[in-house]
Amino acid sequence: MSSLLKTTKLCKHYGALRVTDQVSLDIQAGELHAIIGPNGAGKTTLINQLSGELVSDSGQVHFAGEDVTHLSINARARLGLLRSYQITSVFDDFTVLENATLSALGSHQQAYGAWQALLQHPTAVQAAHEGLALAGLKQHATLKAAELAYGERRQLELAMALAARPRFLLLDEPMAGMSVQESAAVVSLLQSLKGQYTILLVEHDINAVFALADRISVLVYGQLLMTGTPDDIRNNDEVRAVYLGDEEISA
Amino acid sequence: MCSRFLLPAWAWVFFALLACVPWYASATDDNFLTAFLARVLIYAIAATALNIALGWGGLVSLGHALFIGLGMYSVALPALAGISNGWVHLTVCVLSCMLVGGFTGLMSLRTSGIAFIMITLAFAQMGYFVLVSLKQFGGDDGLAVVAASDFGAFNLSSAASVYACALVLLLLLTVWMMKLRESPFGMSLRAGRQNSRRVNAIGLALKHYQLTAYVLSAVLCGVAGMLLANLNAYASPSSMSWVVSGDLIVMVVLGGMGTVAGPILGSFLFMGVEEVLKHVTDNWMAVFGLLIVAMAMLGKAGVVGWWQQRAKADHKKVSTTGDVA
Repeated sequence: MSSLLKTTKLCKHYGALRVTDQVSLDIQAGELHAIIGPNGAGKTTLINQLSGELVSDSGQVHFAGEDVTHLSINARARLGLLRSYQITSVFDDFTVLENATLSALGSHQQAYGAWQALLQHPTAVQAAHEGLALAGLKQHATLKAAELAYGERRQLELAMALAARPRFLLLDEPMAGMSVQESAAVVSLLQSLKGQYTILLVEHDINAVFALADRISVLVYGQLLMTGTPDDIRNNDEVRAVYLGDEEISA
Repeated sequence: MCSRFLLPAWAWVFFALLACVPWYASATDDNFLTAFLARVLIYAIAATALNIALGWGGLVSLGHALFIGLGMYSVALPALAGISNGWVHLTVCVLSCMLVGGFTGLMSLRTSGIAFIMITLAFAQMGYFVLVSLKQFGGDDGLAVVAASDFGAFNLSSAASVYACALVLLLLLTVWMMKLRESPFGMSLRAGRQNSRRVNAIGLALKHYQLTAYVLSAVLCGVAGMLLANLNAYASPSSMSWVVSGDLIVMVVLGGMGTVAGPILGSFLFMGVEEVLKHVTDNWMAVFGLLIVAMAMLGKAGVVGWWQQRAKADHKKVSTTGDVA
């Protein structure tokens, strides 16, 4: 297997606070790599740095062998590095299909076409339908995004990323705020995506993470504590200390 | 259906009625009607142009009068130099609006919200004062258009010809706006108004699209200015005043931001009501203000939005299946 996304000593600080501190990750093509860590560990900041939404203070990001450190988020999306948001971020006035189609089109070509309707772009619509089918939203294609229930909006969040036919998916807590049944549906969706896509998953649901991940990285106070298989992580004392509270071993 | 004939049936009726106006006016010897409606049509073009930036792009520009002014002087200045070729006027207009629009847009788009409103206003005021200070070009008093734009096959020397030209332009523009609204470009702009972050995240550099929309609306406003200069046979800095920019925003918002019919309906309502009130009372502005307040209370989607909502509610009453939108 070859490395698809690689970071070298990635840093971001706000004043004296080091939100991410020398994070070096190496994610293989086809892998589902999870990042866990307590609240405030810098997980979302890391996703923002990887997607290009946030400019890193130092360090590099390589994607598919290319240095993308200085590329904007839209340029990275064009390369197939797509993200989803922890806080649902869809276009409320558009239908579900329009949301997905715009994502499918925008991630592959410029959108300066000013005559033919977006929904008359067959390749993009096709990709959008596939994304919606994968995320389980097929039956709601003509509803407005604003009319969806919370869980369905989360599904649309995923569908938009999938419609782009990405090479790499950055998923920021795809199950945030979902009911148990809805989470289970997303877990089985991710299970089915596994292997076809390379995925970086940030998730608080530890059971889901251990069920899905090939490898897990633990982020604590912006630093990478360790990376390993689910078994390695489960049996590691340091990780346990972090999750159970580290007062007694801090000395 | 609208997709088959480009516009809905009522829009064709609307344009057909407008097309009959010059004949009606000449039959009744009413010179005022054609000139007045030509002015309304010109502002409808400008409002439609502004709607691209404001209604779809969410760019609240309080400086679009600048481009109307540029369009007017693109006619007046060459005419002063003895050039009456309309194509030259048009070229000067398009180039100057692209240049000024590109530059001011690039600057303004570095900001957003209130700052964007203020900076576009500032640029327009700069243009206004530059023209006021150019005494050799009339300064405060403005400049008479000594020769109307002559396009060879037709010229814009009479109110009727400006009217015809404005009507055809507005019709073409309306057809295009129907298409643009649903096109990738229009959808990207509208998406940016809803969630700018996500537009970038799906691979589209939103700023580029917003700048394109801003320049496009600037150029179209410039063309409206060209027509206005020919209609008035006059170009004056007052047409660049911020009040005109404000009026354009009111027209767009009144009719329905982000809709195709909205800006047109808005300009007809705005200027029609203004004209009627002027005949009734000298204090027409007081009444007009109240009317605008009342219409603002219809909601942020304006008259068109209010109408659509009503139609939707009626439709739901009849049957619960299907969707009129």
